[in-house]
Amino acid sequence: MNEMQFLTWVRGPGLDIALSLFVLGVLWRLIEIYSLGRKKDLSAPRHKPGASGWHTIARRSVPPEGMFKTSPVSYVGGYVFHIGLAIIIFLFIPHIKLIESLVGVSWPGLPSQVVDLVTVVTLAAMIVLLADRIMKPTKRYLSGFQDWFTWTLTFLPVLTGWLAVQHLLLPYTTMLALHILTAELLLVFIPFTKLFHAFTVFGSRWFNGAVNGHKGVPV
Amino acid sequence: MTMNKNAKLLENLEWQGVSRRTFLKYCATLASLMALPPSAGRAMAEALAQAKRPSVIWLPFQECTGCTESITRSHSPSIEGMIFDMISLDYQETLMAAAGHQAEEALHKAMQDNMGKYVLIIDGSVATGLDGAYSCIAGRTNLEALREAAQGAAAIIALGSCAAYGGIPKAKPNPTGAVAVSDIIKDKPIVNIPGCPPIPVVITGVLAHYLTFGSLPELDKLGRPKAFYGETIHDRCYRRPFYDQGKFAKSFDDEGARKGWCLFELGCKGPVTYNACASVKWNGGASWPVEAGHGCLGCSEPDFWDAGGFYKALSMPADPLKMTAGAALAGAVAGVAITVANRAKKGAAKAAHETTTLADLEK
Ligand code: SF4
Ligand code: SF4
Repeated sequence: MNEMQFLTWVRGPGLDIALSLFVLGVLWRLIEIYSLGRKKDLSAPRHKPGASGWHTIARRSVPPEGMFKTSPVSYVGGYVFHIGLAIIIFLFIPHIKLIESLVGVSWPGLPSQVVDLVTVVTLAAMIVLLADRIMKPTKRYLSGFQDWFTWTLTFLPVLTGWLAVQHLLLPYTTMLALHILTAELLLVFIPFTKLFHAFTVFGSRWFNGAVNGHKGVPV
Repeated sequence: MTMNKNAKLLENLEWQGVSRRTFLKYCATLASLMALPPSAGRAMAEALAQAKRPSVIWLPFQECTGCTESITRSHSPSIEGMIFDMISLDYQETLMAAAGHQAEEALHKAMQDNMGKYVLIIDGSVATGLDGAYSCIAGRTNLEALREAAQGAAAIIALGSCAAYGGIPKAKPNPTGAVAVSDIIKDKPIVNIPGCPPIPVVITGVLAHYLTFGSLPELDKLGRPKAFYGETIHDRCYRRPFYDQGKFAKSFDDEGARKGWCLFELGCKGPVTYNACASVKWNGGASWPVEAGHGCLGCSEPDFWDAGGFYKALSMPADPLKMTAGAALAGAVAGVAITVANRAKKGAAKAAHETTTLADLEK
């Protein structure tokens, strides 16, 4: 298989397989999770301002008092790389073209130099977060296989995409194919790992908030 | 007055009205095109001026004559064209006057007279299906002719994407079992000059290099001279600033197209295509495909014909998705099945639940 065939495979059958597993996994997990249900709470709700699902969604997006000082790297790094990822994925024009060809909607993108800069910042933030995870004993203790694995899964497409655009390390064709392949691996693993939080984060926050709100506890 | 068959190259060029100065300039340009040091231009001029016309045998296989057209037609009055005349093209079916048995004789004579020394140019792919019967000349398969002619060749030039990589004849489903020259011949130096068709100056450049240094130029992984195939079309494309700014033509006649914006969204394969079109250009430097308003097809890459469609952006799926709808259904079914199982478990737990009474606690 030469480079061009590799690229054509990841753009063709590879993409088909990856997207299929992704869609299959996402639907399966969403249905499974949201159909679990809970027993009805028969107690009377204790209303207290700020205790509700919606409040929790917003509140958990800002660090609780004192926490920012304790682990600034987690907060700043976390924000930077999440926003960076969103910009790269949804505002880089070739990505928009892909989404358009898959689902038919498109929107204006950013100049590639801007995306390039965002990518460098994102990569840096991810590396800093990894170093922090390795160096801080508590974080290291709390980390399991999935944490290292999902970090790698997320990091690789960003790195290979940037290397491809910059024409570094390998010929563009090979690097582009590797980029698409790693992105496909990421897609396949999203539904079956912690990365599924991309779909469930706000739902579960709302749920926690709602349950606690019922008891009159703002969380 | 006729051209002297044994004259040195420069003498013949002078005879054709090309001055020494023009010739030197040409060699310097060629050297710089091939990224050789400036001194190489002079070395090349000296070597070429002294060179006896090397014997070249050109065999056409499964091809469309586009490669021959490219080299002979677009350059008639240029030096490249003349240099090309200056080689002793001993056998070329399209260009030679001889036909039939005469032609066959010419071929065998050229092979015998220059055994071990001639340059063999092949254009077109080699059919291997039905023992090669899909493509025969003078009652012999291309496969046989190639094996025989390769034996006495000093070097082989696989001219055009068909000879270099199989090209269009090899496109799916490849009914004739077409393969590249390098798939058959393993023991000779082969240089691939892909393109559909290839740029004329690339072949004269390779010939000039061969005549000057007695060797083939440095090749990349796909057997192409690095000097001409070292960079992508996209690297040297004059529309590149628009790509970087995110300004794309969306159709061939919209405002973006009129303003000369990037053709990526219209399917340009420039980013993955290694060729010299963007710097050398076509038709004596007049223009080139992207300048004419059409995206690059990727014609100098293996299997460009099957690379997902000429008008699809590189970031778009190469094939229509076939399994995704089925997968969505399977996912939903799996989700529902698990839901049913979970509910059943909950129901069973509820049913098994025994109410604790005061009496129980006092036991
Ligand atoms: S027209 Fe093609 S080669 Fe030129 S910048 Fe756009 S994508 Fe690259
Ligand atoms: S622009 Fe692309 S498709 Fe056109 S001749 Fe050059 S390499 Fe081939």
